[in-house]
Parts: sequence; structure tokens; C-alpha cells
Amino acid sequence: MAETLSADVAVVGGGPAGLAAAIAASAAGASTVLVDEGSRIGGQVWRHRDRASLPRTARELLERFDASAARHLSGASVVDARPGELVLVQGGDVIRLSARRIVIATGARELLLPFPGWTLPNVFGVGGLQALIKAGLDVRGRRIVIAGTGPLLLPVAATAVRHGAHVVLVAEQASRGALARFGLALLASPSGGKLVDAVRYRLAFRQAAFHTGTWIARAEGTDRVRQVTLASGRRTWHEPCDLVATACGLIPNGELGALLGCARAGAAIVVNERQETSVPGVFAAGECTGVGGEDLALVEGAVAGLVAGGRKPGRALMAGRRQLRRLAAAMTRAFAPRRELLARCEPGTIICRCEDVRCDALRGEWGSRQARLVTRAGMGACQGRVCGAALHALLGWDLPVVRPPVSPMSAAAYAELNAES
Amino acid sequence: MTGAGRPDVVVVGAGIVGAACARELALAGLRVLICESAFPGAGTTSAGMGHIVVMDDSPAQLALTALSRRLWQELEPELPPSCEDSRPGTLWIAGGPDEMHMVREKAVAYAEAGVRTEVLDATALAAAEPNLRPGLSGALLVPDDRVLYPPGAARWLLEDACARGADLRVGVRVTAIEGGRVSVEAGSGAEVLTCGAVVLATGVDAAQLVPGLPVVPRKGHLVITERYPGLIRHQLVELGYLHSAHAMSGASTAFNLQPRPTGQVLIGSSRELVGRDGSVNRRIAADMVRRAVEFVPALARCVTTRTWTGFRPATPDSLPLIGAWRNFPGLYVAAGHEGLGITTATGTAALIRAMLAGGNPPVDPAPFDPMRAMPALEAA
Amino acid sequence: MSRPLIMVRLNGADLRVEEGTSVAAALLNAGVAHFRSSPDGTPRGPVCGMGTCQECRVTIDGVPHQRSCMIECAAGMRVETGGLDG
Repeated sequence: MAETLSADVAVVGGGPAGLAAAIAASAAGASTVLVDEGSRIGGQVWRHRDRASLPRTARELLERFDASAARHLSGASVVDARPGELVLVQGGDVIRLSARRIVIATGARELLLPFPGWTLPNVFGVGGLQALIKAGLDVRGRRIVIAGTGPLLLPVAATAVRHGAHVVLVAEQASRGALARFGLALLASPSGGKLVDAVRYRLAFRQAAFHTGTWIARAEGTDRVRQVTLASGRRTWHEPCDLVATACGLIPNGELGALLGCARAGAAIVVNERQETSVPGVFAAGECTGVGGEDLALVEGAVAGLVAGGRKPGRALMAGRRQLRRLAAAMTRAFAPRRELLARCEPGTIICRCEDVRCDALRGEWGSRQARLVTRAGMGACQGRVCGAALHALLGWDLPVVRPPVSPMSAAAYAELNAES
Repeated sequence: MTGAGRPDVVVVGAGIVGAACARELALAGLRVLICESAFPGAGTTSAGMGHIVVMDDSPAQLALTALSRRLWQELEPELPPSCEDSRPGTLWIAGGPDEMHMVREKAVAYAEAGVRTEVLDATALAAAEPNLRPGLSGALLVPDDRVLYPPGAARWLLEDACARGADLRVGVRVTAIEGGRVSVEAGSGAEVLTCGAVVLATGVDAAQLVPGLPVVPRKGHLVITERYPGLIRHQLVELGYLHSAHAMSGASTAFNLQPRPTGQVLIGSSRELVGRDGSVNRRIAADMVRRAVEFVPALARCVTTRTWTGFRPATPDSLPLIGAWRNFPGLYVAAGHEGLGITTATGTAALIRAMLAGGNPPVDPAPFDPMRAMPALEAA
Repeated sequence: MSRPLIMVRLNGADLRVEEGTSVAAALLNAGVAHFRSSPDGTPRGPVCGMGTCQECRVTIDGVPHQRSCMIECAAGMRVETGGLDG
């Protein structure tokens, strides 16, 4: 039998945006529940085993959350939703959470674009490597190649080195010019202090080479990755390695918004400056509305929480939001995947990992629905979250339609999805 | 078009029924043009379970499904891996002892149609299907029932048709049918094609081109699980399935489980008349899954990954429309197959071939006459 | 900071792990790269580290298809790897 809960405001996602939203809504007097899939709060960027390892901003926000009246549902996945109600699975139990206002703060995931050998074991995402290290992966003495794009690269490299890894090199696919332009935009923004962080991270992994305009062309190995081929336009070369951390930036986790009927721009949930989506009573904040970094996520979360809680965000907060949105746009421009990253696939390169669909099984003119029906690409366990995003980037195909279960759920739990639709 | 001259037949719709008809007509030496508005199998063909199952809702259905299954069996050596053809058989399950007489009656009816079956008592049923809940009385095993992957099968049927001279035009929507003429809209603009005959195989859309054709969409839900090879070995159906398939009003669910070659378990089935609303009805889908868990308790811990809906093309008397629509000279209908479109695609194609290219129909076509008297269609 | 150690069973053998370690991290530390097999039988392991890609699935306490990157080790937990069904 499903447990039922109700609140004024339900926040989905326990990263910076979700925490800020829950704190703000609760402070506004709204009864608030924060739902998070992870076993600990913090989302991806503030993933931790011990709070002491987190930056001060994060620790303070977590303390404010603990001190607030907001309730925390940990290890709970949203499997279904309608405006006004979320259906969660926590452990084996089904929870029906009714809430007049829903704030979606589901963050972003890495854009994993296929390349030859990307399915070899020990090829992780960039954030994936960091998540694993924070969850206890022992990287002492391991040779690691890190190749990706965007601000995430630096703290991940620093984390790896701090945990004893031998980081062979760090490759940023954006050009030096694009990086420089972004650096200037950063300086001009409220997040200018991040440049200091960037320098600190770079110093932390100073023994590793940092290349711009460089990416992974292929990975090779038998039972696991043994070496990668790097390319920079001018030259290619091989690096033997034990682990690879590679991705092509981030894409918003907009699926819950799609399920609720919210308008999206690509993967991102569309919001106005009050963080309202196109569906009344549904808000969204942070990376799920467009990748924009931690500072913007904190501001958007605060705005969403205030508005959902029936308050009006102050002028300073809104001004900060505008400036940080401009920075987010600069970030998107600077770190957009270069065309070489979209052209690495060979005929035998796996595109859909869940169903083992090769590149040569797909025809560009099909579109995602026909591809799914002919090859089953996108029909597997991840429901197109990896290959759908890749094909959207590579071929402009539509992202998959989202239906329940949004996260995999047991048949026993499914049998309790019994509200009228 | 490749060949010069007008086609003998235009087949409208490249779902499994259109594809099978096109292939049969091409085999008969006719010049065939297939017009498909989206892509092969884009409609109901890609939404269903892909079962090939003998059903005895009526003598006509029994005859058509038995014939069709035999024809699929004959095709089996030619089917490529993309058809994912498998032969798990079907178990028609008797919930209680009062249903065992239905099992025995069914066995007799199937035997008369030349279909091999075996009556299983409770012990034999538990041995055949260990994960079924205890307390069931028995079942009818139909060992030769099959499953395949309909989009793959439709594509192969079309490829084979084209290898035998048929022409397939995709992205071409037929907008009007008259005697000897078909109006189409393609990317390049509107055209009028002359032809000998037309076979309308557009499933749930059939009434759009031929107003008055008694075909309505009957919505179904399906849920699929992750891979659990060996959880069930046969297709499992409760005997009450036929009652659900009969009823033309209201919503109903009937227990139906299918093992796919991948090891995934497909959970069905539901029926309702709600026009073209394809949204997932949580109550119906949950009810369907709950019923499945009641029959196979081990399913409870299995992870479900997807839900989807589809529309069966249903007729008021549960039999398809196969034959001449005599209000329109030269128009033949091959539509309205409800939940048996995959199964009876082959039998339908054989009937259509006999009608257009001559020869004895392999079963009596009269029950499928599109002009037959029908009970009134109930409003959705 | 050293954390208390707990015992889990990996493919029938005892494995000592730090409390708070995810199952995925524990498996990788134990040298396991082949968490499960893809439909074509090729070995797969964790990628996204955050529960999205589903590649890290293993069988935990007899229940298959568990995302090991999302689950913390618990004392006495039984983990099995290498199957098609996680």
C-alpha cells in the first residue's frame, strides 16, 4: 500500500538549486519536502562522504537545510508525476507526495558522445570519475587521462591528483581563444572569484599537461581500456592509461519537466525569470533549465523557492540572476562541442549502449522514433538518456518521449500507480 | 517507379498486413505499388506484442488464425534475425476448476482445426511454468504458437516484395481513392496514380479514406521489464482474455504475459475505446501489472522500464474486413484485425491474393466480407 | 580520515571495504572492470557514476539490475557481477 504525504512545496533534487529552493520555500513558511535520489544530499557537484571535504558554501547550505523545517526524503526516485502530485519509490516502497507547487531541480548529466572504444570498461564520464572517487574509488597510482570541456574539468583533475592519481594529461576540447574569452566573461560576472578557484585547481594538478583544442579520438584495449589516442587538429598521439574520464559537457535533466508537460528548449525546461515553467504550479531551477554553473543554480533555486512559497524575490537576487544567466550563455558558447567530436564514429561504433546498436545500423534520415522501432536504439534500460542525447547532438533527432516509469521501478511498485490519469 | 506502366495494385499502408499482402501479390506476378505515409510498421504494427497465436473466439477466427500460423511457420526458414522469431507456445490458464471444462472444449475445437494442443492439469502446469502462482487448476498448452518482432517482420516482407518487383514509396499519403485511381500527396506535391485495384491496409486509419468502414481504434497498454531470461517460458494468457476482447464498451484488462527472446517480459493487456488519446492511463496500466503479479508472483521484484500505448483496429464483431468493398469498384479492404494483425497478416494476404490474382481461397472468405451485416458500433 | 571497515561478499569471496563506499567503487577497487555484459556479451562497467547510464548494474542480495553507483556497501551485502541481467 502506498504511503501518502502532502506538502505545500515539493522540491526534486538535492543539489545546489534544490537545497536553495527548499531552504527558501521553508523560510517563506511553506511546508516543504525535498526529494533526492542519492543516499546523501548534495547532488552531483557537492557529492561527499564527509561534509568536511566540501567547500564552505556547500557546508553552510547543508547546515541551513538541516536547520530548516524542510523534510528530506533520501534515496527516493520520482517514477511518475502530474501537476500536484509526485509518485516516488524509496527502497521498495511507493510514496504518493501531493504538493501544490513542485520545484524541479534535477540538475544535468554529462553528454556522452560516442567514439571508437568508448564502451570499454574503465572509460568513465568526467563527472563520473569524480562521483566514483567521492564514493570511494581508489585512484592511487592509476594513470588517468581526462578529456572533456568546461569548468568541471579542473576540479575533477584536482580531485584525482589529491587522491593520489597520476593524471597523465587534461585535455579541453575548446580552443585557447574560446577559453580566454570565457575567462573574460567570468571576470565581468558576479562569479569572477571562480578564476581564482581555476588557478588553484590548475596548480593542484600542475604535474599534468593541460592541452586546449584537444580531444580523444579513440580508446583501445581488450577487456578494459589500455590506451587512448588524442587529437588536436595538428597532431595525434597515444597515451597508455588505466582509467579515462571523458565527456562533452553537460545536458539538462529535463525529463521530469517533459513528463509534467512543461515546454522545453531541447533538453532544458523553459522557465521565466520567476523560474515558472509553462505548467502552472510547476517551477524549475538550476542546471535542468540550462547549464549555467553552481552560482546560477543557487540563485535560481532561491528564486524558485521564494516564489513557490508565495514570496517575491528581492531586486538584488534578480539582478544577480540576470548577470549569471549572461555568464551561462557565455559558458555555452565557449564550450560547445566542436565538430570533430561529432564525427568520430566508425561504422562499428556502438551508439546505443543498452541495446548494442552500432552506428552502421542507423540511417540519418530516420529520426528517433523510426530508429527505435527498427533497431531498438533508445528502448533499453536508460530509456534513451545516453544515446538519445547523443543522437540529438549528432543528428538533431528529437529527444525521447518520457512516460512512466521515469526511473526503473519494480512491477510491485508499478501496480500501485493507480491514480486516475 | 522502377517498372514502366501503371501498377496492377496499389497497397495503401506498409504495416504488417499491407506488407504481407504486397508480398503475396508480387509473388502472384502482379505489379504492386505500396504507398506508406510514414515508414514501414509505423502504426499499430510497432505497438503490439508480436504474438502469432491461434484463437477460437469464433469458427472463422479459428480457421483464419490456424491457417495464418501455419503460413508463418512455412516462412520461418526465410525470416532473418531482425524478425526475432521464436516459438514459446501459449498456455491458456484456467484459474479455477470451473474453467477446466473450457480448457477441454478448447482442446477439442483446436484439434478439429488441426492445431496441436495438450491439456495440463495443475501439476503439469506447475512443471511447465514454475513461476506461476500455486492454486491454478491447469491450462491448455498450444506449443506451436510463436512470437516475432513486428517491425522487423514488416520490413522483411516489404524487402521480399520489392525483390520480386514491388515498388515501395515512403512518405506518400493517399488522400482519395476512386475506381482505378488513387490521389496521393508526397514531398514533391500531389499526384494522381492510375491502377487496377487498391488494397486498403491502413489499420486504424482505414475509415479516414473510406467513410463508413466499421473500424475504430481500441487502445491498449503494454509494460516491459528488464531482462529476466527464464522467468517465464511460454506466452501466458488467462481464459477470460476472450471475454475482454469481446466487450466493445468500457475498459478491461486481461492477463497476458510474453517472454521475449531478449529475456524481457512483456506485460499486457488492456482494452478501451477512448478515441485517439494515447496517453498512459495509470489506473489501467497499474491494474494490468497487478494482475500479472498475481499470476506470476516472481514478477513483483522485476524492474519495469517502459510503458506505451497503441491502437488496435477493431470491428464490431471482432473479425477483420478482408475483401471487396463493393461501394467502390476495385477497392479491397484488408483491415480491422484488432489484436490479431500480426498473426493473421499471412492468412489475410493469402485471401487477398486469391481475390485479386485468382485461385481458391484457403479459408471461407464469407465471414470476413467487409459488406457483411454488423452489430452497431458503440460510441467511444 | 580513516573510516571503519565492513565486510561484503563479492562473487562468493569476502571483501573488506570502507564504510560509505559505493558498491561500484568497491568493485573497481577490487579490480573488477566487468560489472555486467551488454546484449552482445561485451563487458561493461560504470560510466556516468550518477545512476543515469545503467551500465553499472549488478546483482545485490539476489536482486538483479541494481545500479551499483547509487548504492552504498552495507555489512554482509552479497554482490554478484558478470551477468547479462546485472
